[in-house]
Amino acid sequence: MTQLANADANIVVEQLRGWNASAITQVVEYRGETTVVVPRELLRATAQQCKENPALHFDLLSDVTCVDRFPVEPRLELNYSLVSIPRQARIRLRTSVSVQHPVVDSLVPVWPGANWLEREVFDLFGVQFEGHPDLRRILLPEDFEGFPLRRDFPVEGKR
Amino acid sequence: MTTVESAIGTAKTMVLNMGPQHPSTHGVLRVLLELDGENVVSAVPDLGYLHTGIEKSCEDKTYSQAITLTDRMDYLNPLGNNLVYCLAVEKLLDLEVPKRAQYIRVMMVELQRISSHLVWLGTHALDMGAMSVMLYCFREREEILKIFERFAGQRMMTSYIRIGGLALQPPAGWREQVQRFLDMMPARVDEYEALLTENRIWQGRLKGVGYLPPEVLIANSTTGPGLRAAGVAFDNRKAFPYSSYEEFDFNVPTRTESDCYARYLVRVAEIRESLKIVRQAMDKISDEGSIKAEAPGIIPPQREKMKTEMEALIYHFKIFTEGFSPPPGEAYVAVESPRGELGCFIASDGSPKPLRVHFRSPSFINLQALPRMVEGQLIADTVACIGTIDIVLGEVDR
Repeated sequence: MTQLANADANIVVEQLRGWNASAITQVVEYRGETTVVVPRELLRATAQQCKENPALHFDLLSDVTCVDRFPVEPRLELNYSLVSIPRQARIRLRTSVSVQHPVVDSLVPVWPGANWLEREVFDLFGVQFEGHPDLRRILLPEDFEGFPLRRDFPVEGKR
Repeated sequence: MTTVESAIGTAKTMVLNMGPQHPSTHGVLRVLLELDGENVVSAVPDLGYLHTGIEKSCEDKTYSQAITLTDRMDYLNPLGNNLVYCLAVEKLLDLEVPKRAQYIRVMMVELQRISSHLVWLGTHALDMGAMSVMLYCFREREEILKIFERFAGQRMMTSYIRIGGLALQPPAGWREQVQRFLDMMPARVDEYEALLTENRIWQGRLKGVGYLPPEVLIANSTTGPGLRAAGVAFDNRKAFPYSSYEEFDFNVPTRTESDCYARYLVRVAEIRESLKIVRQAMDKISDEGSIKAEAPGIIPPQREKMKTEMEALIYHFKIFTEGFSPPPGEAYVAVESPRGELGCFIASDGSPKPLRVHFRSPSFINLQALPRMVEGQLIADTVACIGTIDIVLGEVDR
């Protein structure tokens, strides 16, 4: 296994690989930040592991956001930014979903704070979070058509 | 889970629509309160009245153009927004900012924190019925805005922090002006505390109100003074230092009560800590030196050089027509805004415009804990809870 520059990321990768060998498809290091790419099906289990494994202890879900990689499929790339307050460490989980079937497990059962963050991604990108208790639009009006932060939505709006 | 539809109410309870024009909601927040008499059974915040699509607009601007949009999110902390955006772009570019510019950034951001906490204290006291405090707080905030005006030419939408450094050199006589403010301020903070801290009405309205245990706050992704008032000393300036914060000596004030009163005490203590940081920053800022990084294709050249050097002229033209292109990749930077962790995530695809800009706004995420905070409490306590979460709707809705 290649060693990462970020010492803490090594622990995360090692622990996750030890838990489930197929949990990590890729580890990306860029500008001192580590991103762990996980398969879509294993997202919730991996997140659970990140939170509950005492060696990792990522107790705070800081951010959820989506990047539209149009025209590369799977287009919608979800980024989860995790913080461990006791260990003072950060890591990013990443998984991708296609625009034809934008469904992924919700992380609300792991971190209740994912609620509004996922609603925002649903609102602006149209990603469906399975198991979310209250998935409705949050910033836009309920009758808004389309998902404005997708790349194929014009900046000036649809007329 | 309560939804807007299911909150219409049963025969026993009634639904009260608080906001979006209610003054205690600090802007355009709407909260649907299901009431049993005067007790709140459930609360459903309804957002989006101020949604302007800043993240989408950023995608259609060059990296430098988007700075002016960031000012307009959290309008009580525009310099902090500039800072987090510029730090993220600098991370993408792998750009080193001169120390002098970093210290000036720290000083400005800490002054901004004081001014933001002053607006919070003033408006919150107003919500609780103490009008005079607001007048005092705004008097001191005015002095800070005057400092910003001298530095940036603008009182509020400063856009003073730029990619790779700062917009302008500090103005002549800035030291005296900041020093005057520093000399005046500690006594003024004592004055606010004399009015409020031991005040029986103030304590009666805030003590024991809006309690949430720390584990619930962390699970709900709450950061900032709300979390520190629950005894969790998490502060990005200490945990993940940026802009040379590791060189500054300051404390992270915490309390353990986790009620509205504790949040008040934490913020007042933070004003005092920020004064300490500003004092240290003033000592560190040298009188002369560069305020911009050395990066010809990214930082606009000096006016003088454009008249003598062909290359400088070309760079100037390129920067202001096409912009610059960071290499493909992503960067996330988090700073400690007055409200909590303010994050900026930028994805670049190697073009002069960002592929995606996302702001992790603390107000939005902290507001999530409101229903848990107010359920079972009185309507009047809801006002106290919204106040001590310290939301800025421009940032909640972006």
